Amino acid sequence: MELRLTETQTHPEVGEDPGPLVEVSGLTKRFPVSKGFFRKPTSFIHAVDAVSFTLGRGESLGMVGESGCGKTTIGKLLVRLLDPDEGQMLYRIAEEAGDASAVSVVDPATISGKEMRDFRRNVQMIFQDPYESMNPRRTLFDIISEPLSVQKIGNLMERIERTAEMLSLVGLTPASDFLLRHPHELSGGQRQRVAIARALVIRPQFVVADEPTSMLDVSSRTGIMLLMQQLARDFGISYLYVTHDLAVARYMCDRIAVMYLGKIVELAETEELLRNPLHPYTRALLSAVPVPDPGHRRAPPDIRGDLTRSLDPPARCRFYDRCPIATDNCLNSPHPETEEKSPGHLVACYEA
Amino acid sequence: MITGPVLKVDDLSLTYQIRQGEVRAVQDVSFELARGQSLGLVGESGCGKSSVANCLMGLLPDNARVTRGQVILEGHDLLQLNEEELRKYRWRRIAMVFQAAMNVLDPVYRVGQQIVEAIEAHGFDLSDAEARERVADLFRRVGLEPQLMDRYPHEFSGGMRQRAVIAMALSCDPSVIIADEPTTALDVIIQDRILRELKSIQNDRDMAVIYITHDIAVVAEVTDLVAVMYAGRLVELGPTAEVLGSPLHPYTSGLMSSFPSVSGEKRPLTVLSGEPPNLVNPPSGCPFHPRCESATEQCRSEFPPRALRNDHWAACWHPLDKTNSTAG
Repeated sequence: MELRLTETQTHPEVGEDPGPLVEVSGLTKRFPVSKGFFRKPTSFIHAVDAVSFTLGRGESLGMVGESGCGKTTIGKLLVRLLDPDEGQMLYRIAEEAGDASAVSVVDPATISGKEMRDFRRNVQMIFQDPYESMNPRRTLFDIISEPLSVQKIGNLMERIERTAEMLSLVGLTPASDFLLRHPHELSGGQRQRVAIARALVIRPQFVVADEPTSMLDVSSRTGIMLLMQQLARDFGISYLYVTHDLAVARYMCDRIAVMYLGKIVELAETEELLRNPLHPYTRALLSAVPVPDPGHRRAPPDIRGDLTRSLDPPARCRFYDRCPIATDNCLNSPHPETEEKSPGHLVACYEA
Repeated sequence: MITGPVLKVDDLSLTYQIRQGEVRAVQDVSFELARGQSLGLVGESGCGKSSVANCLMGLLPDNARVTRGQVILEGHDLLQLNEEELRKYRWRRIAMVFQAAMNVLDPVYRVGQQIVEAIEAHGFDLSDAEARERVADLFRRVGLEPQLMDRYPHEFSGGMRQRAVIAMALSCDPSVIIADEPTTALDVIIQDRILRELKSIQNDRDMAVIYITHDIAVVAEVTDLVAVMYAGRLVELGPTAEVLGSPLHPYTSGLMSSFPSVSGEKRPLTVLSGEPPNLVNPPSGCPFHPRCESATEQCRSEFPPRALRNDHWAACWHPLDKTNSTAG
C-alpha cells in the first residue's frame, strides 16, 4: 500500500473555502465468496462499486437503500473499520474544531499509528444496536470515558467531569445518578443516548450513524433524532446517516443519496429528492412507504421482481432487472454515469 | 353460521409474578372483532399489546395469571379450556404470524415439510400428496414459488421467510390471525407487498386480523379499527379513520405527532417526554398523567371514564376536541 503523509493546508485569509469535509471518489469494496471452506474465492459481492460523493462541513448526508445495498459498508469504510479495494477518501479535518481556516488532509486508508489515533479523535461511529454495542459489565462512566483514555485526554477528575457533562447533554440527568449504572438498567432509548455520549465525548467533527433509531420505539426514536440534530448544531458535527427509512432521513438529512446494489443511483437535497424523484428506483422506494393518513389510497410501487445480491453483477445498469422503464439501450450499455440534471440533483439513469 | 363478533375480548386482566412483585401487564381490556375486520393494536414496547396476543393464543408463560375476563372465540371462552382442548383452537381457529426475525422456522427441516406437519398435527386427514398440494397452494397465495417448499429456511431471504410464516399461519384456515409486527424487520418494498397480500387474503377468506405494531402509517393503511394501549390499558378505541383523523386521547395525538412521514408538508416532530410507567407500581389515577401536558389534580387521583365521540371513545378526563388535535 502506498504510504501518504498527512499534509497541512493553511488558509490565512478568513472565509476562504478549504473544500468539503469528506470527498469520496471511486470508492470500491468487494467481498469474496467461496464455494467451500478451503476453495479460493470464485466470485465477489460488489458491496460498494465506484461510489463518489462529497460531504460538507456541518452537513448531514443520508445513505438510503434496502438491506444489502452497501450503505453500511460505506459507513464502515469511512471510519476505516473496513479497508477499501479501490478509490480514495479525503478528509479535510479542521486543526481546531469550528475553525476551518487550517485543515489537515487525511486519507484514512493510508495511515496508521499516531495518525490513525488522531483521525479517530475526529471521526466516530454510532451503531444500530444499543444492546450489542456495549460491554454489559462496565459502568456508563467506563463506556463513555473510554475514548478519552484511549486518546489520553485529561486526568481521572477531568474525565469524570466530561462524562457527567455528556450525560446531561444527552438527557440522562441527574448525571451523578447514571455515572455508575450498567447498560442493563437502561431502556433502549437511554442506551442509544449513552452510545451518542460515547461517540461525542471527544468532540469529533464527523460521525457515521448507522441506523441509530431503527431498533427503538416510536417515542424514544423521535427523542434520539431531535437530540442528534441539537448536538450537530451545537458542536458543528457532520453526519453520514445510514438508514433504510426515508421518513427518518427526511428529518435528519440535508441531502439524501439513494443506493442500489453498491451504486449511488440518485443524490439530491432532501425535499427536492422527495418532491421530484428522477430515478425509477427512488420513485419505487418512495411510493412503497406507508402514509399515516387513513383516507389516502396508495398505488403499489412500480418495480419488478425481488431484491437480489450484487454477486458478480453484469456491466449493465444494476437496476435493469427490476426497472419498469428499461430499454434495449439500458441492456446493452454499461451502468449509467451520474449526471447533474439540475443544480445539485444527481442521477444515474439513461431514461430519467 | 355464527352471527355477531368472531372474537370478543371482555374485561381481560392479567398479571406476571416477578421477583419485584406483581406486574399488572393487562387491565380491563375489551374489544370485539367481526368476520373480515382488522384491528390495529398500537402502543410503545411494554404496553401489554404482546401479552394480549399471547393470551389470545393461550401461549402465556408460567408466571402469568389471568385475573379476570373472557376471550370468546366463535362462542367459546378460550380461558375456560384446558391445554388439550385449547390445542383444537390454537392454529385451527386462531393463528399467529410471528416476526420472521424471531426464527420461527426450524433450520434443519425443509420449509414445506414444517407446514405439512403443522397441517397434520391439527387433525386434517390428508394424504402426503394432498398435504403437499395444500402447501403449494398456500405458497402461491403468499407469493412464493411452490418449488421453494423443498428448500431450507437459510436459503430464504427475510421477505421470503416472512411469507412462509404467513403461509404457516394460514395452513389450518383460521378465522382470526394475529400478526405481531409482521413487517418490522423488512425493507419498504417487501413490506408493501406483504401487507397487500395479507389484506387480500383477509378479504378472500373473510378473516379477522389483529395487527400488533408501533407503526402508525401501517395501521392507517391496513386496519378498520385501532385500539391504542398504554400501561396495560386500552386508552382509545374506534374506527381507524376517526381515531387517527381526530384523536381524543393526548397519548394517541402524541404518538402521531412524533411519527415522521415522507409525504405531505414537513411538520415539526414533537417528543412524548418521559418513559412509560413501571407496571409493578403504576401511577395513581390516569396512568398517562406523568407524561401529559394537560394533567390536572383529577387525572392524578381518579382513573378517567370513557369520553365518547361518534363511534369512538378514549379514557381521558380532558379529551382533545377536533380543533386542538395535532393530526395530519
